[in-house]
Amino acid sequence: MISRRNLLETAGATMALAGGHAVFPGLLAAEPAVPNLPAALPQGTRNEVVLDALPGKKPLIKLTYRPPNFETPLEYFRTPLTPNEAFFVRYHLADIPEVDAAKWKLAVGGEGANGEATFTLDDLKKMPSAEVAAVNMCSGNRRGLFEPHVPGVEWGYGAMGCARWRGARLKDILDKVGIKKNAIEIVLDGADGPVFDKTPKFVKSIPIAKAMEENALVAYEMNGQPLPHFNGFPARVIIPGWAGVYWMKHIVSLRAVTQPFDGYWMKSAYRIPIGKFPIVARFVSQETEVNTPITELVPNSLITSHADGAKVKAGRVTVGGIAWDGGYGIRTVEVSRDSGNTWTSAKLGEDLGRFAFRPWSYDLVAKPGKNTVMARTANVIGQTQVASLILNPAGYHNNVMQTLTLNAA
Amino acid sequence: MRKTVLTLLAALLSAAAFADEQPIDLKKAPGLDLVEGNCAACHSLDYVQMNSPFLNAAGWDAEVSKMIKLFGAPISDEDAKKIADYLKVNYGVN
Repeated sequence: MISRRNLLETAGATMALAGGHAVFPGLLAAEPAVPNLPAALPQGTRNEVVLDALPGKKPLIKLTYRPPNFETPLEYFRTPLTPNEAFFVRYHLADIPEVDAAKWKLAVGGEGANGEATFTLDDLKKMPSAEVAAVNMCSGNRRGLFEPHVPGVEWGYGAMGCARWRGARLKDILDKVGIKKNAIEIVLDGADGPVFDKTPKFVKSIPIAKAMEENALVAYEMNGQPLPHFNGFPARVIIPGWAGVYWMKHIVSLRAVTQPFDGYWMKSAYRIPIGKFPIVARFVSQETEVNTPITELVPNSLITSHADGAKVKAGRVTVGGIAWDGGYGIRTVEVSRDSGNTWTSAKLGEDLGRFAFRPWSYDLVAKPGKNTVMARTANVIGQTQVASLILNPAGYHNNVMQTLTLNAA
Repeated sequence: MRKTVLTLLAALLSAAAFADEQPIDLKKAPGLDLVEGNCAACHSLDYVQMNSPFLNAAGWDAEVSKMIKLFGAPISDEDAKKIADYLKVNYGVN
């Protein structure tokens, strides 16, 4: 009797993946085309993407198989909460173990802590829990729409999602060991790693003050369910308002440090030029004269009711979508029918909190032929979307106002 | 017996489909063997297609150099040049 496990191990060995932690896409046969791909994506991206399902996931837009990078199709953004099985998947490195929740442990300590401790999943669940609805978005969401293109994962609109995250507060966990007064950062490490040991492991740090905020969590629930494997099972860090790069998946270690953490993924990656973006939240201990780590999300919106070029009946059409920012709160969403000359307020929908997607809708009368619709949002501190792209080498923070065409007949 | 063989065959096929990422066929040209033998050890080759065609020669040199110097890919200078040449010719722009 050949067991499935043996077969998988054999296949894994054949693939020569380190540690035998193969990724298992291809559960459903790949389909040849993906509807509504943005025309602005690189042609090579447009040619290679397919809808494919990772285990436990619905078919998503596959950008790369290994490490797995899959984005969420537009139709799942018509509700302010994104279903777990449709939530985007993003990994930097390809050795991704299946974590056994019963054996999982979170180690907490570091030279900036007074002591050390390990937590089991049960330990975390016995602590007071907190829940926050928050947008998890990849820093490089919409990188594929950069002109000129920049190398990286060429995301369209769907490297993001919003979920209700429940877990223990990071602060409560850190308080169990005690943090020294001179600690400046918390270093976050997950169970996943590189294929070759010479590749820098994906490790990140956050400012100590950010870790101590009441909404920073180690979450073990996502929309009331355990986290999907590909979204960080059994627990991941949640830093509402900040880019997904800090939301460490499969978290296994929290380490307080008194010197800036200098790993590759801090000092050389996920950096934006100083002064180009109107960002409020700083990461002072990691700043240089020329660049700084990405921090909070910039205000942005997405039209979700229709894809670009959609056919509609002439007459009254309700256009709708979502808006979000770095956690200050959405103040307005406005729509323009005349290429941005005049703007009218859209109606804001259900408010799940300042870190969540905010739905909006707008009734318009579509004339026969081409109708253009633009949308833009502003938050309560006055940050806005931009009319033209702010270029930066790694392709982050693309919050250019979207222009959509509706073809009415 | 025949049924057993068929069942076993079905199990093998389904397991293979489950375990394998879909094969990525890059353009057949000199250097492809080195791309498949080196780059694919750490990542699927759809990364190459996805990042095309917009990198110029310097852009592809930078990507290959990044994989070796920053990500530790154990590739000789000679092979690195052949890999970069393959990427420039088949997935680059002037």
